[in-house]
Amino acid sequence: MTDEVRTMPATAQPRLMRWSVVLPGLAALACALVLPQFANAYVTEVATTALLYVVLCLGLNIVVGYAGLLDLGYAAFFAVGAYTSGILTAEFGFNFWLTIPVAMAAACVAGIIIGAPTLRLRSDYLAIVTLGFGEIVRIIARNLDITGGASGLIGIERPEIFGFKLMQVQHFYYAFLVLALLTAFVCLSVERSRMGRAWFYVRYDEDAAAGIGINRVTAKLQAYMMGAVIASVAGCLYAAKMTAISPESFTFNQSLLILLGVVLGGMGRIPGVVLGAVLVALLPEVLRGAGTYRPLVTAVALLAIMLFRPNGLWPDKRV
Amino acid sequence: MALLKVRDLRLSFGGLKVLHDISFSVEKGAINSLIGPNGAGKTSLFNCLTGFYKPKGGSISLGGRPITGLPPHRITALGLARTFQNIRLFKEMTVLENAMSGQHCRSRHGIVSAILHLPAQRREEEAIRAAGMRWLDFVGIQQHAHRRAGGLSYGDQRRLELARALASAPELILLDEPAAGLNEREKLDLVHLIRRIRDETGVTVLLIEHDMGLVMQVSEKIVVFDYGQKIADGPPEAVRADPRVIEAYLGTEE
Ligand SMILES: Nc1ncnc2c1ncn2[C@@H]1O[C@H](COP(=O)(O)OP(=O)(O)O)[C@@H](O)[C@H]1O
Ligand SMILES: [Mg+2]
Repeated sequence: MTDEVRTMPATAQPRLMRWSVVLPGLAALACALVLPQFANAYVTEVATTALLYVVLCLGLNIVVGYAGLLDLGYAAFFAVGAYTSGILTAEFGFNFWLTIPVAMAAACVAGIIIGAPTLRLRSDYLAIVTLGFGEIVRIIARNLDITGGASGLIGIERPEIFGFKLMQVQHFYYAFLVLALLTAFVCLSVERSRMGRAWFYVRYDEDAAAGIGINRVTAKLQAYMMGAVIASVAGCLYAAKMTAISPESFTFNQSLLILLGVVLGGMGRIPGVVLGAVLVALLPEVLRGAGTYRPLVTAVALLAIMLFRPNGLWPDKRV
Repeated sequence: MALLKVRDLRLSFGGLKVLHDISFSVEKGAINSLIGPNGAGKTSLFNCLTGFYKPKGGSISLGGRPITGLPPHRITALGLARTFQNIRLFKEMTVLENAMSGQHCRSRHGIVSAILHLPAQRREEEAIRAAGMRWLDFVGIQQHAHRRAGGLSYGDQRRLELARALASAPELILLDEPAAGLNEREKLDLVHLIRRIRDETGVTVLLIEHDMGLVMQVSEKIVVFDYGQKIADGPPEAVRADPRVIEAYLGTEE
């Protein structure tokens, strides 16, 4: 048989720990942990939104950044999670924590229904179908009784944990922080595994991937479903925080904003995506002073970023 | 025993007939070559064998199992690997990650066990990595394991494509013009490497090649194509003396 493996020098272990990422990451985490102690309710509220976007962008990054699929209706899965959890707690008296697995299962089913037929086709079809799916979910939510129609669903239960009820904005801040960290851990674990590599193979060269034995349809479907599941969990917590949700929280604009976060920071890798998500959440707040010029200033800022950093602010330097 | 059996294979694109009733076989443990002028249909035949093109008729079997019409990933899993005429590496990924890709169909752990960091999953990851390193070592580019694949020299990229295909543990490997763009010294290394593939790993080799010297040197049997038809099939000396082959190659450089 073949020659035996020569042992690798210790320095050959690549990019598991890069200080340029680890140090800023730890600093950011430390700031995030103490932030509510120093910040007022408004800042904490904005930071909570930023964490929500971190979770959503990390989830969409699996679909767009890892597997290279353009999803224009990602907010639909966020809606599936929020409405599943909202309806189950408000109408059926479910315990909040029990609604999470149900929402995950619902997102999986929705993901298969949309993904299984579409992912066999060329990638461009997915963009169109997901765009349509996003609108369909919103329109269904507007028109059903159980979802509360256009005015939405109210009276969603606040979650309890070991007898402690999550009420204040700080509580939800920490809940979203835990969810964001958990999501980052999950993404990192998968990114460095057999399935994660398969997504990158498919993204970089679909034919070569098929030629070395990867089922591209299954690989894409798994990425799409995993993204869906993450959005649905974010939706559960979002519904619990808001106690009231309406179809207008899940528009095409919302999907675009999440996609913007993924692309802006530099899709493919976690640090860039987290940065992009935070920017997407902060930009409207920072630009409040610009008044009616806000859309213009936003557009110019985005154009400038895309011109000068076409691969995102913190691009995916894989090697 | 014939490892690969192709019978009456036909392929056309619209009105263009690319392959006319092709039949041939490759013995287990052999090194065989497929030659013919440009546009003869050699790459198209490889694409049929590996499931990228759907033939119009005929049958293909590998180790006695029919593989006609199966999708590419199933065919790879059944033991048929390939390289591409114009190198198709995952250029943005590391050399090692490229080599590891071949192991995908020989491993099974998915998303959930990766999230849970199950011991069995960690062990499998280690095995995938070790196999990738082993094949990089086999083709002689282990020292580049953590470089970007797209940054390798042309010759090393060809070697990496070989390592990646070998990492899928094939029974038969199809090489599409592996010597294209190599200099004389690299061609010699390649001949040596192709022999080692068969001798040390037992993998059967079928290659498409233009360099007649190289083909005559390594092959036990040569199949000759012209205009989508098989015009000769036999040992190098017989093929070289075949009048139809000489005619097909008249005016070309060999
Ligand atoms: N996907 C395709 N669509 C249309 N024609 C094709 C396709 N693939 C190959 N052909 C045609 O088939 C013929 C054989 O091509 P090919 O198999 O690449 O030849 P070779 O590898 O022997 O040089 C050529 O005439 C080529 O134009
Ligand atoms: Mg060719």
